[in-house]
Amino acid sequence: MTVPALPEKITVRDLRFHYGASLALKGVSLPLHERRVTAFIGPSGCGKSTLLRVLNRMYDLYPGQRAEGEVLLDGHNILGRDVDVNLLRARVGMVFQKPTPFPMSIYDNIAFGVRLYEDLPRAEMDARVEAALRGAALWDEVKDKLGASGLSLSGGQQQRLCIARSVAVQPEVILLDEPCSALDPISTAKVEELIDELKERYTIAIVTHNMQQAARVSDFTAFMYLGELIEFGDTSTIFTAPRHKATQDYITGRFG
Amino acid sequence: MTDASLHPSRALATATADRARALARHRIPDAVFAALTRAAALAVLVMLGGVIVSLARGAWPAFSAFGLDFLTTSTWNPVKERFGALAPIYGTVVTSLIAMLIAVPVGLGIAVFLTELCPRPLRRPIGIAVELLAGIPSIIYGVWGLFVLAPFLQETVQPALIATLGRAPLIGPLFEGPPYGIGLLTASLILAVMVLPFITSVSRDVFETVPPMLKESAYGLGCTTWEVVRRVVLPYTRAGVIGGVMLGLGRALGETMAVTFVIGNAHKIQASLLAPATTISASIANEFTEAVGDLYTASLIALGLILFVITFVVLAAARLMLMQLERRQGA
Repeated sequence: MTVPALPEKITVRDLRFHYGASLALKGVSLPLHERRVTAFIGPSGCGKSTLLRVLNRMYDLYPGQRAEGEVLLDGHNILGRDVDVNLLRARVGMVFQKPTPFPMSIYDNIAFGVRLYEDLPRAEMDARVEAALRGAALWDEVKDKLGASGLSLSGGQQQRLCIARSVAVQPEVILLDEPCSALDPISTAKVEELIDELKERYTIAIVTHNMQQAARVSDFTAFMYLGELIEFGDTSTIFTAPRHKATQDYITGRFG
Repeated sequence: MTDASLHPSRALATATADRARALARHRIPDAVFAALTRAAALAVLVMLGGVIVSLARGAWPAFSAFGLDFLTTSTWNPVKERFGALAPIYGTVVTSLIAMLIAVPVGLGIAVFLTELCPRPLRRPIGIAVELLAGIPSIIYGVWGLFVLAPFLQETVQPALIATLGRAPLIGPLFEGPPYGIGLLTASLILAVMVLPFITSVSRDVFETVPPMLKESAYGLGCTTWEVVRRVVLPYTRAGVIGGVMLGLGRALGETMAVTFVIGNAHKIQASLLAPATTISASIANEFTEAVGDLYTASLIALGLILFVITFVVLAAARLMLMQLERRQGA
């Protein structure tokens, strides 16, 4: 029996990334499969966050940073000059290490992104906000205080608000850059459950320092070290039978 | 084996006693330091109280002679000793408002450009240039305003304003009359230039406190720079920006020398912004040396008291506004 090849939502080909004079990614190639979770692991400074920031061209904000190679989103190179980065970022959402609610109400935190692209009547906007908050498992906790500031929530709630915010603009890919590093274990568990639900609709890339988390939430795992992709494969394979010694040393905690 | 290890508890007791003695040595300097800082803080209150008391006492003759009329009439006649403060109050408020109307958008614009858009090599030169503007003594602004800006306005800008806006309905009266060169508008322009650096440098500094990750989150949703500034950076830094604007407004309300040069010193309230007028501080500066008679002096001191009150009210209103904004924000 042959398993049909999984469709590739994003294809990274020979990606090199420069911070000024230093090379942070030295020719990385890997696929991100559609509606799967791909985890990026590796010691600090290995380039995994950098890789994530290439996928929505966040690096564009900073002069002196540039990427070479190819990143194909649905077959189109997103590193080209003529790419509309605002539109790209609407398709590829991002959630950061620390919760970053905007200085506005919970409702507006969600509606803000939607208003950038769509002019919805009030009732539809309400529905969209509710759907996004439900999707992020936050609705029951905030439904009575949608007018309160996003900053008044706890850290874990804020992070789920940020996830809801990226989901509300209906992206195709969601990038999670160590989304649980500032959260307590209970909030972390909630976010992980959420990732599990989100992958039914979205392609997800997650950077994490937590091996168990990578093992729990991801379908594929990429181990990176010093700007290079050492190993990429099924999460179960990477964690049970890694081909490289470096991978094994890292996931068993012998270095990193 | 050493003695210390044989008697650990005794050694520990000695060490603790040593530490206690070391800490005791700090006790007196600590107390002196606390007293000094407290005295410095109290000195501010004492000075502020002293200024209020002496202003109130000096102004008393004027208020008892004219009562509320001092605030509501614009007669200023040293010969007959009839004084009313309305004209300088009007001039102060209007010049400051126009100055803020110009300087706030321009200052915020410069700050946004410097923090969000400016190519790195230009950032420092422009930033330093703005700070240098703040360092220019006000007398130089005054001289420049009188000899360069006023003639230029008189010959080119004001005739054009009179010919165009002066004929428009509603706002026409604001731009009527002969082009004097000096007057409310000229003073407002000079003030705008003078308060610009305060607004710019304060807002630039607070814009830089916005966490990069917060801005990236907004860019990450697909926001343009304008949307990030309007919806994230400005709300996040609101308190600081309002602080900078208030600092500028305080300066505009009290600025004396440059305004005295270019405002024309006329104790009149006229609709036209091109007409000569006066402000509180300009009146005091101009007339204090020639103020003969107790009532004249008292009236000038009363002007000072009014300026003090206006500044105080403005700052208090800003505080109140911030508090309300914060309550609505709920953070």
